[in-house]
Amino acid sequence: MKIHEYQGKAILRTYELPVPQGEVARLPLEARQIAETLGGQRWVVKAQIHAGGRGKSGGIRLARSPAEVEQHAAALLGQPLVTPQTGPGGQLVQCVLIEEGCEIAQELYCSIVIDRQLGQPVCLLSAAGGMDIETVAATAPATLMREPIDVLLGLAPFQARRLVERLQLQPAIQPALASLLPKLYTVFRDKDCTLLEINPLIVTSAGGPLCLDVKMECDDNALFRQPEVEVLRDLSAEEPLEVEATHSKLNYIKLAGNIGCIVNGAGLAMATMDIIQQAGASPANFLDVGGRANAGAIEQAFRIIMADPHVQAVLINVFGGILRCDIFAQGVLQAVTNVQVRVPVVVRMEGTNVEEGRQILAASGLQFRIANDMAEAAQHVVQAIRE
Amino acid sequence: MSILIDQHTRLLVQGMGREGRFHAEQAIDYGTRYVGGVHPGRSGGAALGRPLFNTVAQAVAETGANTTMIFVPGPAAADAILEAVEAGVGLVVCITDGIPLRDMLLVRRYMCGTPTRLLGPNCPGLISPGKAKVGIMPAHIHRPGRVGVLSRSGTLTYEAVSQLTAQGIGQSTCVGIGGDPVGGMTFVQCLAMFQDDPDTDALVLIGEIGGSAEEEAAAYIAQHMTKPVVGFIAGQTAPPGRRMGHAGAIIAGGQGTAASKMAALERSGIRVVQSPARIGEAMAAILKHPL
Repeated sequence: MKIHEYQGKAILRTYELPVPQGEVARLPLEARQIAETLGGQRWVVKAQIHAGGRGKSGGIRLARSPAEVEQHAAALLGQPLVTPQTGPGGQLVQCVLIEEGCEIAQELYCSIVIDRQLGQPVCLLSAAGGMDIETVAATAPATLMREPIDVLLGLAPFQARRLVERLQLQPAIQPALASLLPKLYTVFRDKDCTLLEINPLIVTSAGGPLCLDVKMECDDNALFRQPEVEVLRDLSAEEPLEVEATHSKLNYIKLAGNIGCIVNGAGLAMATMDIIQQAGASPANFLDVGGRANAGAIEQAFRIIMADPHVQAVLINVFGGILRCDIFAQGVLQAVTNVQVRVPVVVRMEGTNVEEGRQILAASGLQFRIANDMAEAAQHVVQAIRE
Repeated sequence: MSILIDQHTRLLVQGMGREGRFHAEQAIDYGTRYVGGVHPGRSGGAALGRPLFNTVAQAVAETGANTTMIFVPGPAAADAILEAVEAGVGLVVCITDGIPLRDMLLVRRYMCGTPTRLLGPNCPGLISPGKAKVGIMPAHIHRPGRVGVLSRSGTLTYEAVSQLTAQGIGQSTCVGIGGDPVGGMTFVQCLAMFQDDPDTDALVLIGEIGGSAEEEAAAYIAQHMTKPVVGFIAGQTAPPGRRMGHAGAIIAGGQGTAASKMAALERSGIRVVQSPARIGEAMAAILKHPL
């Protein structure tokens, strides 16, 4: 789960980590008032969306008067912002963060991520702040310093000093920077983060470190014990059909194609998308109904897929293990009866109780196209949209 | 032979709720030696003709269990793994999905230096056809034989197995290592076991987008494996930055794409199939005409 920059900064503040003064506005006039209250000569207006690359795309704007703050806020609010990470439609800006401007002496990059190969979190620090970290890792990997974190210890002070020391910064600013890093790991651990990125982490001309931006992602599997994080979820920033799917514990991701897919298991669901593409069509979604799908969940899966106007045919690919084919077939019948299914449906079932499942579909009198294997299913569904 | 489980497996099931009980029963039906269940609060009781225990330590002491299969729900599953490790169980198979990452990081750290092997979490388990089943896969699609199957997926593994069986190719052991970003046994560790298993002649490797487990497997295969491998990578059409069902199946920062994994496997001499429907065929071709 992603949270907004202003929400992440509020969390950092509670850990006494240095962040700029600022507040969030939903109306242009509000933005102006915040700037006036903050005082100073320069302000930054930052669009709050769940995607990076805002700076390059006009989502972060400098203002020299409260009136200009209001103008920038008016230009951003209520409009979609397209960045290299949002996709062509962009994301709707519903609020902007107004912050005091600050003098930057040095820009650093800092993050805590999971190293899957090590099976440990690692703290990364680089002098190439403000840049896209993938670019840094690709072009100047030697400038990216790493310290693996022992989860029983946390990021030890000596590790933090070693990270900072390797950047060869002015000695005067090193202690404050080094003392900040273990606190960042504490936030990462306490909030069940999967990513905590401060980019840039700056040194101000006054000599202190400041977290100028924060990107925080929290573990969906840990939300049960993070009620304070869970309330920060911004459903308006997510695809509505995907939000609806989560209510039925369906794993659904909307894609741009025309073949709706209903599959059990994530790996098989991806493989089904792949074989549809290879057969000459394009998947409209990823959908894993899981191992415990009941008739209600399957009906909901049909509802969600039918709500996507681009869907021209549906491919059901189920390999029964825990999920028995006869139970699944009954669910499909109930779904097709209750939901207006106005497109051809191709069914491929295999595994536990497959014969019973196929009989249920055959006896229903409904027009399913039954396929014997995955390749045939993909051919049938492509043929169906061409008819 | 086979790897990890066989007729000497003495199976414990942790979490004897509806699912745990169902799959314990399925394991028994397959001929696995199930020795008991662990379910806090039910000590002294019995299920499926075997005793129930409050703790893993008690269960191990009284039954000599050497393998455990965990169905405890996500919030408490890491604790169940730790309990099994502490009790000295040799193989822990964690079926549970939805375990917090932080919990798994602590489990990994705690397991350093212990002799226990962990498979999963978020995995289908494993089966040595004709010998033992410690998992949730449908048993009837398997046949005893000499091809190993190694995968990050569940149902896609069943798909591959049923293609092999349809081609008349039996399996030595089929292992699903699970779809989480941080888990127990890796592809490389399992590959080493398959390479050393005299009753495995060839291997199917099924990977998916995200992380670098397939690239590490490719490097290991190039250097250490003499047995032929057929590979498939799921997620060739997956968009970047999205978690495709499995917590670990995500292309992040341009890393972990299917294309790069397929290229790495091909460079290591693995027969990579584009289509998930061609896994069985490709293996049949290799066995008929060895490379």
